[in-house]
Amino acid sequence: MSIKNRQARSGWGFLAPFLVLFVAFFILPILYAIYQSLFTVKRTGELGLGGQELSFSWFDNYTTALSDTAFVDSLWTVLIFALIQVPVMVLLALTLALLLESASARGVGFFRTAYFLPHGVPGVIASILWGFLYVPGISPLYNLFESVGLSVDFISPDTILLSIVNIVTWEFAGYNVLVLIAQLKAVNPNLFEAARVDGASPWRIIWHIKLPLARPAIVMATVFTIVGSLQLFAEPLVLRPVAASITYTYTPNLAAYNEAFFENNYQLAAAQAVVLAAVAMVLSFGFLRIFGRGDKQ
Amino acid sequence: MTARAKIITTAVLTVVAVYFLLPVYWLIVAATKTTEDLFGSNGLWFSSPRLWTNMVELFTFQDGIYLRWTLNSILYAGVGALCATFICAMAGYGLAKYRFAGREKVFNLVLGGVLLPATALTLPLYLLMSEFSMANTYWAVLLPAMVSPFGVYLCRIYAAAAVPDELLEAARIDGASEFRVFLTVALRIMTPALVTIFLFQFVGIWNNYFLPLIMLSDSNLYPITLGLTSWQGFASRQPILYQLTVGGAFVSVIPLMIMMVVLQRFWRTGLTQGSVKE
Repeated sequence: MSIKNRQARSGWGFLAPFLVLFVAFFILPILYAIYQSLFTVKRTGELGLGGQELSFSWFDNYTTALSDTAFVDSLWTVLIFALIQVPVMVLLALTLALLLESASARGVGFFRTAYFLPHGVPGVIASILWGFLYVPGISPLYNLFESVGLSVDFISPDTILLSIVNIVTWEFAGYNVLVLIAQLKAVNPNLFEAARVDGASPWRIIWHIKLPLARPAIVMATVFTIVGSLQLFAEPLVLRPVAASITYTYTPNLAAYNEAFFENNYQLAAAQAVVLAAVAMVLSFGFLRIFGRGDKQ
Repeated sequence: MTARAKIITTAVLTVVAVYFLLPVYWLIVAATKTTEDLFGSNGLWFSSPRLWTNMVELFTFQDGIYLRWTLNSILYAGVGALCATFICAMAGYGLAKYRFAGREKVFNLVLGGVLLPATALTLPLYLLMSEFSMANTYWAVLLPAMVSPFGVYLCRIYAAAAVPDELLEAARIDGASEFRVFLTVALRIMTPALVTIFLFQFVGIWNNYFLPLIMLSDSNLYPITLGLTSWQGFASRQPILYQLTVGGAFVSVIPLMIMMVVLQRFWRTGLTQGSVKE
């Protein structure tokens, strides 16, 4: 057997288990969702009681989904959510990483671990937890805020989105801090020393050396935050009983879940899932195209 | 840095630490309380603590279903992450160390998989699983957990940078088969990346909620996350469930917290490779 053949055979051999599962649980579901989304249910017989049959209907489900104000609103909700969540997450993680990485901070190990701990708390558990902390009457936070003269309401229609931002930030900021620190640590320290000797201020070193070098990690954290934001599901679902303004169509995932399991319209739900995936792909690829240059040398 | 800057930095870091730790502290305090105290006493301080009684109640309620959920979570996350790591290692190694037509195409497909929101796949996955009558089985949660495009990405980068071709060549000359070379030589060198992927996947599966929620209807198959929300959902009718939910959340968080503290060093070394080297 030629070397070329042997290389190909071995390469594909090592890839095979992953590819089989990848096709089965990534590619096929997408194709199946697209296929399903092209059908609509027609009820037959008197009063629609004669059963139902599927009929091919081109893009009717997409038209239905995109002309449904509740679903379009849900898309806006997650887009606005991402618009708040991404800067909050990235700026906080970056600030913490830079502070921790500056050698002068004492107890770096303790702080790093403290920030990272919440990442071990599942999103639903975090939501149950914060849910208790958001409800007046149980939460000690209200007393705490009142004692400094602040009156807040964490679960009003105006604040609930920010309260969810808080939960997600609490869960993932520490993870992003670790990613960013890892990147900053990989920079040759002589570079900072040289800049310092040349008389650069700490701000200049951050702005002109650290930030540009940390770019791949910043881009990665941002993309994951965008993709994560659009998938919002567990947090609003768990907070729903305490926050009246969270409807069953609050986010696209909730809307699709509701459509499939409570309205029993799998086809429309499939179309909604495809729309969500498309929006997420466009945004994350778009972001990578604009800011990701220079990552893959 | 001046002494003043040092103090300010430490002060800021401390305030932030309070923010991250306060809910965890609240959980510890709340786990020792009765349902009445949960609502009637100061949330930040203990009130006639009775952790042991609460734990006994937690583990005996409904014939000890909580323990079953815990074991299910361990099964899903442990087996799922272990298989995912091994499969990623093979795929990443294959992509890094062999040259063949279509290699870059496969890699781009994997990158696409990293960016695709997993939850958008969950519903179609359920429809597909139902077609094959696999919904509401262990497999429905376990099999999708074994796929990690991000893991393949990380393994490829790590294997390309850390596994020397000369070493593989030497093992081949000694007569080892390709798979044996991978098992005995490559896997060992790739360990830091593999620990990262295992952790990443373990936490991901343990924390996943959408997939089991959709797939499982038999509460005997539930992982902890799903079990606890089912309790929380009934709590307004059966108030003891408030206390059980809190106690259950407390117990479920402990093993992962320990894992985070012990293994974050490995986690970090692995991450450096992922984002820096190419």
